[in-house]
Amino acid sequence: MSDDSPITALVLHFLLISLLAVGGANAVLPEMHRQVVEVAGWMSNAEFARTFAIAQAAPGPNMLVVTLIGWQVAGAWGALAATLAMCGPTCVLAYIVGGIWHRFREARWRRVVQGALVPLAIGLIAASGVVLAQGAARSVPTALFTAATAIVLYRTRLSPLWMMALGAGLGALGLI
Amino acid sequence: MAAYSTDPAPDPADGAAAPHAPPGLVQLFLGFLSVTVVAFGGVLPIARRALVERYRWVTPEEFTELIGLAQFLPGPNIVNLAVVVGGRFRGPLGALAAFLGLTLVPAVGVVLISVVFTRYGDIAAVSNMLAGLAAAAAGLVIAMAARMAEPLWRHPRLHSSAIALAAFLAMTVVSLPMAQVMAVLLPAALALSWWANRR
Repeated sequence: MSDDSPITALVLHFLLISLLAVGGANAVLPEMHRQVVEVAGWMSNAEFARTFAIAQAAPGPNMLVVTLIGWQVAGAWGALAATLAMCGPTCVLAYIVGGIWHRFREARWRRVVQGALVPLAIGLIAASGVVLAQGAARSVPTALFTAATAIVLYRTRLSPLWMMALGAGLGALGLI
Repeated sequence: MAAYSTDPAPDPADGAAAPHAPPGLVQLFLGFLSVTVVAFGGVLPIARRALVERYRWVTPEEFTELIGLAQFLPGPNIVNLAVVVGGRFRGPLGALAAFLGLTLVPAVGVVLISVVFTRYGDIAAVSNMLAGLAAAAAGLVIAMAARMAEPLWRHPRLHSSAIALAAFLAMTVVSLPMAQVMAVLLPAALALSWWANRR
């Protein structure tokens, strides 16, 4: 950590990143990595990877990786500042657009926008699933477990928590 | 707020009838809190089960469309979704309640976990456990995408399938930067959708 307060820099970084995050927090991870590791030098490559893994494994939104980066760079105030920078302006925008969106639910232009956004969302989420699966697949059994989880959760009403617990258990035992 | 209306055709396969009474601030906070504390490796799939199937605050079609909106807007998707849902029922305070329910407890939790994990991270069983968790989380996201794609299979429309496939391939096989993908696909999707909706 440097002597001069990095909180202002944190806020500026994550304001910029949040505005780029069309498609969600995972879409800007490479950009986040560039800023945090290469430009600002707040973390090593390994620290960044570990931080991301913890944010993925912990319950809650994936964007909490931002909170964790803020925490590691500048403590509690850093965590708060980074989180608010990542969420504040985009929340206001989402609130405004969300209201407009609902008010015009019968309008034809909305039907057109919706017809465009729904398939885009499906394609992007499927892509995240595959990218996540590639990142998680450290062995053939691991990849098979991902496929089995996808099939079970698609075909049944089973709570996803059971498959998460099973994955954690099998992993801890070194079976996948 | 105006009475909450649903789209005319609820999806019988998901068993979602018309939503119940609109949730209050406390219900919004607790609802999103109940989603987020069990959301390991991604909130959207859990949020879908809770908002559509358990609480019935939105219909399956609305959820898919809200995801599309949340993805299209800048910022974290699930946070946008919570703000839009909370705001729709209870205005700015509802948006704030949903946002805090979603983030407050997990933010404290993730910091505590990182403190613990930094101490025990070298133990093989801990990192193996995280690897197994990550594998399950990936399967969960794939299952959710398949659920969301069901309408595309039930009522196949060429342009919808083409857009979904193009977005998927651009992000996986070609692995282009997100901003470039959206810059090309969003106008293309809008044009195709306009063309398909013309009378």
